[in-house]
Order: sequence, then structure tokens, then C-alpha cells
Amino acid sequence: MSRMQKQGFQTVELMASAASKLIEDGAVVLTGSGLPMIAMALAMKTRTPNVTLVFEAGGIAPQIPVLPISVGDSRTFYRAVMATSLDCVMGTAQAGFVDYGMLGAAQIDMYGNINTTVIGPHDRPKARLPGSGGANDVGSLCWRTIVIMQQDSRRFVKKLDFLTTPGYLDGPGGRERAGLPEGTGPYRVVTQLGVMGFDDQTKRMRLISLHPGVSVEDIKANTGFELIIPPDVTVTTLPTAEEIRILRNEIDPAGFVVRKQGT
Amino acid sequence: MEVVSRGEGPLLGWHDPDEQRRWVRENKPRRMTDKRMGLKESVSKYVSDGDYLAMGGFGHVRVSMAAIYEMIRQNRKRLILAGKTAVHDCDLLVSSGCVDRVEVGYCFGHELRGLSPSSRRMVEQGRVTAVTETSNAGFQWRFKAAAMGLPFMPARILMGTDTFAKSSCAVARDPFSGKKIALIPACYPDVAFIHVHRCDRFGNSQIDGVSIMDCDLARAARRLVITTEEIVDDDVIRSEPSRTLIPFYCVDAVVEVPFGSHPGNMPLLYYSDEEHMALWLKLSKTEAGAKEYFDKYVYGVKDFNEYLELVGGQAKMKKLRDIELLKAPTEAPWAE
Repeated sequence: MSRMQKQGFQTVELMASAASKLIEDGAVVLTGSGLPMIAMALAMKTRTPNVTLVFEAGGIAPQIPVLPISVGDSRTFYRAVMATSLDCVMGTAQAGFVDYGMLGAAQIDMYGNINTTVIGPHDRPKARLPGSGGANDVGSLCWRTIVIMQQDSRRFVKKLDFLTTPGYLDGPGGRERAGLPEGTGPYRVVTQLGVMGFDDQTKRMRLISLHPGVSVEDIKANTGFELIIPPDVTVTTLPTAEEIRILRNEIDPAGFVVRKQGT
Repeated sequence: MEVVSRGEGPLLGWHDPDEQRRWVRENKPRRMTDKRMGLKESVSKYVSDGDYLAMGGFGHVRVSMAAIYEMIRQNRKRLILAGKTAVHDCDLLVSSGCVDRVEVGYCFGHELRGLSPSSRRMVEQGRVTAVTETSNAGFQWRFKAAAMGLPFMPARILMGTDTFAKSSCAVARDPFSGKKIALIPACYPDVAFIHVHRCDRFGNSQIDGVSIMDCDLARAARRLVITTEEIVDDDVIRSEPSRTLIPFYCVDAVVEVPFGSHPGNMPLLYYSDEEHMALWLKLSKTEAGAKEYFDKYVYGVKDFNEYLELVGGQAKMKKLRDIELLKAPTEAPWAE
């Protein structure tokens, strides 16, 4: 049993709670299914009720009744204000209406570039992953991208096996040089160990907060590149009992993501 | 316009816009005629070995699965699949050997349910090739360019990434802003199947809920088969013309297939059959298991109706309807 389970919550619940606090009320958020969706549902049931969720398949501002399994399933436009097209949603993001995009990833580098395509060579991969899906579009077009993923030295790597979705590419100005919309890029990375952001000058990943019980050494050991450790690293705020109750009883009672467990 | 760089992926499903216009003039049925036919006939008539195939819907949602099962039963070969968030359709077509090349937007996974053991195995063993990479909007805008009769659509995606390098797109200098812009080439699939809630005998179609890429895909595909939960009277369409998303002149065939999206979700009618998905995900962990699935659920039945009986018939369909209408809890047996 992990230290966190002893404290009465699971790692995914801490990650959802931490991610739910990263957006402001009134923001428009393009999200996928799974943990990002859970984090946004929690945000809307706690601190930021006026967030507008949009889904790439066409759901705009749904009132999600139960967790969707597919990112385009009927729950993603339940009591929505509009059920439209991928063209409309991605075009809207391209036009600057979407504040945040939420993504998962298999690998990430120090500039927040992510890989969800292959492990190993593309023509004969060791592991074939699903590919971009909407991730490249979200990472290219939303103002700020938030990545939620597991952290270890095989996932936080110096060099990606494949650059699926743009972070800051090769550093400051990289996105603009490539032709991507100005002033966009990765904003936060939430893992089971902490919350990271990006240094304004160098665009390199920078530690913001460590989850309770995690040391700087722990996070360094689980990062395959040099993570900037500023002097003002904080401790991530624990999920409240009320947040845990909402996550387990209201958002994911069937345990699709927040798995049923004995604690 | 100055071309800055080009992706190395093969340009699939592309035609010169004038060649395409001539093809449309000579081949598309522009008279409002009765296009009803059976599922078997629609697949044998419109799906040829080697075709570039695109399916409507998204993930496990509103995909014409009945047509997928029929293509496997008819043993189509060397198909190229538009993996435009192709999930169970991709997994089955790849695993059964019908598809040997995929243009990948999202493939080889089952969203929240995890990765696809079977189609991943086929790619990792080199038996199926991911020939081109793109993104979901990349596909959407390939179809949009085609639907508008344009050679490409400009977009601010893909640039700077390996997804671009493996795509069939180009990057050029926009003459107006002076900035770089991705050029997403038009895609005219040889054939597409789109599953809809209702249409008339001519193919004028209504979709309830999200339309995903289907308005543009319908106009882009050279041949389009509409599978529908229900064929309705002409008056149903004419009484609410603003609800028609796909007009008759895009449509080559109309096939009535109730529950045609099973085991996927048909919004407002039935939810995805997670029990059946869990069964496939479990069996397809091994090649023998995948074969067992195909032998029982595809080759072992004569048509889609027999398949529906085999997976639980009316009782199962009622249960899926109750889940869809939130009268019964959603199940996730693959999460146990």
C-alpha cells in the first residue's frame, strides 16, 4: 500500500484534484475522455462551475450525466447547447476561442513535446500506440495545453521516439518559427509525483509543486532530462474529503478510471 | 506560393480537382431515385479489394459496424483504411486481414478501455503498415477540402512535428500573413459507409447528435453507402429540411440496418455493448482468440441479424437502450 493510499486517496484522485485547480472560472476547455475529463468534471463541481467543456467530436457545453467511455459518445453532448462537428470545434480552437486543451501522453520531453505514436522506430515499432488523434490539433491550437500522465525516466525522456504533438519544439520561439499560432503552448504537466510548468525564458520544464511525501530526489530520479528546480517549490494541496467523495460517488461511480479499491 | 517542406507520407485518396469534377459528372447518381438495397449487395457492389475506405462516426460511436462485419465475411483484401479515430472497426478490419495499410489519425486503441491487443500485434509484427500519420483535424480538413472541390485546405496544425513528417501534407508560406501554413491535401475515399438515424429511400439523411466529420466525408467519398436505423417516408425529410445533413446526390445506396452500430453507441438509441467489447478485448489478446471471435461472430453467422441474435437479441438491445437513456447504469467489465 502506497503512502497516498494510507492517507485515504489514490494517486489518480490527487492528480485529478491538482489538475482541476489549474483553470479559471469561465474558461473554455477542450478535453478528451479519461483522467482529463474527470479533472474537469471535478473542477466544475467545486471551484469553477462556469467552465465550458468542448469535445472534438462536436459536443459543446454538455452537462455530463455519467463519465463518457468514448470521446464522441452520447454523454459528451448530453444537455449540451450544441451538437456539432469536429470541423466546428477544431476551427473554433484555431480561431482562438479555446483557452485550455487537456491531453495524456506516453512520452514527454523538456520542452513539453509529446509522443503518443510509437515506441521504437516508426516503420517497425516496439510498441504501436494510437497516434495523434486530436492531440496534435489540441496542442497546436489551444492557448494553453495541460498534460496529465505518469512520470518515470522512460516517459520523461531527453529525446522522444516520435514527436506527435508540439510543445515548445526546440525552445523559445520554436512554435512561431514552425508556423503555429503565436503565444500558445504547454502550460502544466500533472503526474503522480508533482505539478510542473515551463520556464518563461528557456521554455524548459520546471517543477512547481511536489505531491506530499515526494522528494526533489524522487522526481529527479524519475525524469530523464534536467528538470529546472526553482527555490520556491511548494507541496501540492491535498484533495479534500469532499473532492474524494465527489470523484468516487458522483463522477466515476462505476470505477472506469478511479478504480474501486479497498481503502 | 513558396513550399517550405513536404511530409514523406504517400498521398492517398487524392485526385486532381478537375479529374474529380469529371468523375462526379460521369459517375455520381444525381437523379432522386430509390437507392434501397441489401447490406450484402451494397458491400459486394461498392467495396473492391485495394480500395481506400473511410467509415463515418467516431471511435465506438455511430460507425456502420454491420458493414464492417459484412466486409470481413466477404473477405475483402488489401483495403487502405482512413484511421480517423477508427477504433473497433479498425481493430476488426486489421485483425481479420482485410486492411493492410492504415492512414493513422487514432487507431490501435479502444479509448478508455485500453489499447487494442490484436491490431497492435499486426503492426508490431509488420503485417500491417501505418503508411501515413495525421491528426483528427487533419482528416476532417482532408475531407473538407474534397467536399469543397479544392486541392487542399490550409490549417495551423501538424507543423514542426514528426506527425507532419510522416503525413502527406506540405508547409507553404501564406502570401497574406507571410507566416508558414500547413496545406492539408484533399481526400476522396473510394468508398465510405455512414450510419445515420434515419433517411428516405433517396438517401437524404438525418443524424441526431454530433455529426463529427460526416457532412464533409459524405461529400468527399466517391461512393457513399448510407446504412440507417430506419428508412422513413419522404415527407419526414421534407417536413424538416433543415435537419438534412447529407443530401441524396452524395448517396449511392441506402441500406436499412437497425442496431447497425452495435457493439458501438448509437446516440439516443442504444449505448455501446461493453460486455461484448470486453469479450473481444479478452479474446484478441491471442491470435487464436481473435480467430475464435471471427469464427463465431462473423463467419459463423449468415448475416447481421443472426449476429444480433447471437450477442443477446432483443433483450440485449433493450438493455443497451436503457443504458443509453440513463435508466440503467453504464457497465465497464473491461475495468474489472
